[in-house]
Amino acid sequence: MIVAVASGKGGTGKTTVATNIALSIGKAQFLDCDVEEPNANIFLHAKIKEHEDISVRIPEIDKAKCDYCGKCSEFCAYHALAVVRSHVLIFPELCHSCGGCELVCPKDAIGWRERVVGRIEHGQTNGIDFYHGLVNVGEVQVIPVIKALKKKIDKHKDVIIDVPPGTACPVIESINGSDYCILVTEPTPFGLHDLKLAVEVVRHLRIPFGVIINRDGIGDTGVEVYCQKEQIPVLLKIPEREKIALLYSKGIALVKEAYEWHEMFGLLFHQIQDEVKK
Amino acid sequence: MKELTVISGKGGTGKTSITAAFASLAEHAVFADCDVDAADLHLILKPTIKKTMKFLGLKIASIDKTLCIDCKKCYDSCRFHAIDKEMNLIKRSCEGCGVCAYVCPVDAITMVDRESGFAYLSETRFGPMAHAVLNTAEEASGKLVTIVRNNAKQLAEENKKDLILIDGPPGIGCPVIASITGVDLVLIVTEPTLSAIHDLERVLGVAQHFHIPAVVCINKSSINTENTSTIEHYCKKENIRIVGKLPYDTTITQAMIHEQSVIEFSDGTLSDDIREMWKTILEVL
Repeated sequence: MIVAVASGKGGTGKTTVATNIALSIGKAQFLDCDVEEPNANIFLHAKIKEHEDISVRIPEIDKAKCDYCGKCSEFCAYHALAVVRSHVLIFPELCHSCGGCELVCPKDAIGWRERVVGRIEHGQTNGIDFYHGLVNVGEVQVIPVIKALKKKIDKHKDVIIDVPPGTACPVIESINGSDYCILVTEPTPFGLHDLKLAVEVVRHLRIPFGVIINRDGIGDTGVEVYCQKEQIPVLLKIPEREKIALLYSKGIALVKEAYEWHEMFGLLFHQIQDEVKK
Repeated sequence: MKELTVISGKGGTGKTSITAAFASLAEHAVFADCDVDAADLHLILKPTIKKTMKFLGLKIASIDKTLCIDCKKCYDSCRFHAIDKEMNLIKRSCEGCGVCAYVCPVDAITMVDRESGFAYLSETRFGPMAHAVLNTAEEASGKLVTIVRNNAKQLAEENKKDLILIDGPPGIGCPVIASITGVDLVLIVTEPTLSAIHDLERVLGVAQHFHIPAVVCINKSSINTENTSTIEHYCKKENIRIVGKLPYDTTITQAMIHEQSVIEFSDGTLSDDIREMWKTILEVL
């Protein structure tokens, strides 16, 4: 079973929920798909044993063949190529590697080279098969790193995916193909507003989902009223406690501190399993 | 005209609450919400929309199956796996490159405009505002960020404002880069947690990569004072100025619930701290 943990709004507790579930069930695969700012390993402490560079294909011009006709730049929807007199300028960060320039080139002057955009790392911890991705600093191409991570999914295992915040393409790429999605929110107007956006995304992808309310007690009842009205199950409420915030700040998982959390997150996972089997 | 972007790397550190507080302090500013895929600033600033513009993202393929001869050339050529074997378009995977339309021998595929959201020009009680919504499961948020920034510039010129205050998205990817390129200063809002410290280092790397000066605000600094001093040491080492240190204070949440900025909602010490920070930022600018 693949369970994605997402949120819409950032900083609501995705990583807290994802890591605590993984530690409770043990024997799982964990993918941190927040490749811009991956934090799960701060809590999981996997020893990184392997890493691989993730690259995308970028066009390369064979100057001996090119006659600067400009067909490639005319075709490119991303403005990643520009032909200026007897030069072809390539803007690698704009390229989506669609292959169109090669197709339209009448002189067969376009070849390809690899451009590294990030890396994924792999390690083990507490019976968890851990992967995370790191997009290079200054890099705009985030999706290829997420795609590479998701290729690591072992369908025979229980897989927990830590999803980046927001509702745009990195989120869709991370969640797509999951059996269930947990949406973590906080009981505030910002939390509610972004939860509604996240609900639209999971409904659009037709993935069953439920909500976890984190920092329960700090805000208002808007989130609960909304979930009731929309008939969205509230799976768990994590109370607002100084102790929890302190543990988080130190990178300590809740399940490491008190067994009741271990039981609670384990139970939550089994509840989701039952729901998915239905 | 100056531009200031508030970013954080890690989400939920308080970017939007702090931006909203600054909005009520700024005297000649335009506000821009560049967190286009989970925009929240409007919940506090309550803009009145004056002008709505359609946002056309990347184009999208449109397949006319009555013309299709089932040659599967489009299926074979699409690098994004956006066309399945039955020649159905998988909308969310299409990146609008146009390769399918090019290879189709019977012109059954055309590239059409894709309505991906809306951009707004608005007025708020603190001044003009540019913002947007990105439709569910759409791409090109970086492109929409650029439109919001251009709209903000236009509003600033029309209204003779000399500052654009930008609420940025979390992360370090494409929408963040689009929100900070060419601005005069970024304010990075962080918090004393190991996660936020890790994210601060990466987001600072992005600012440095694009040669943009950065200052730091440590929000919720009382949660873990040890980590707060770690951040202070780190910033000193990196020669980054800390312009404010705000304690953990539930006033921020209370103000949000009342749809007010912290400055409007409370005259407490938190508001004083934010006023001080704003003064410092204006000096730096």
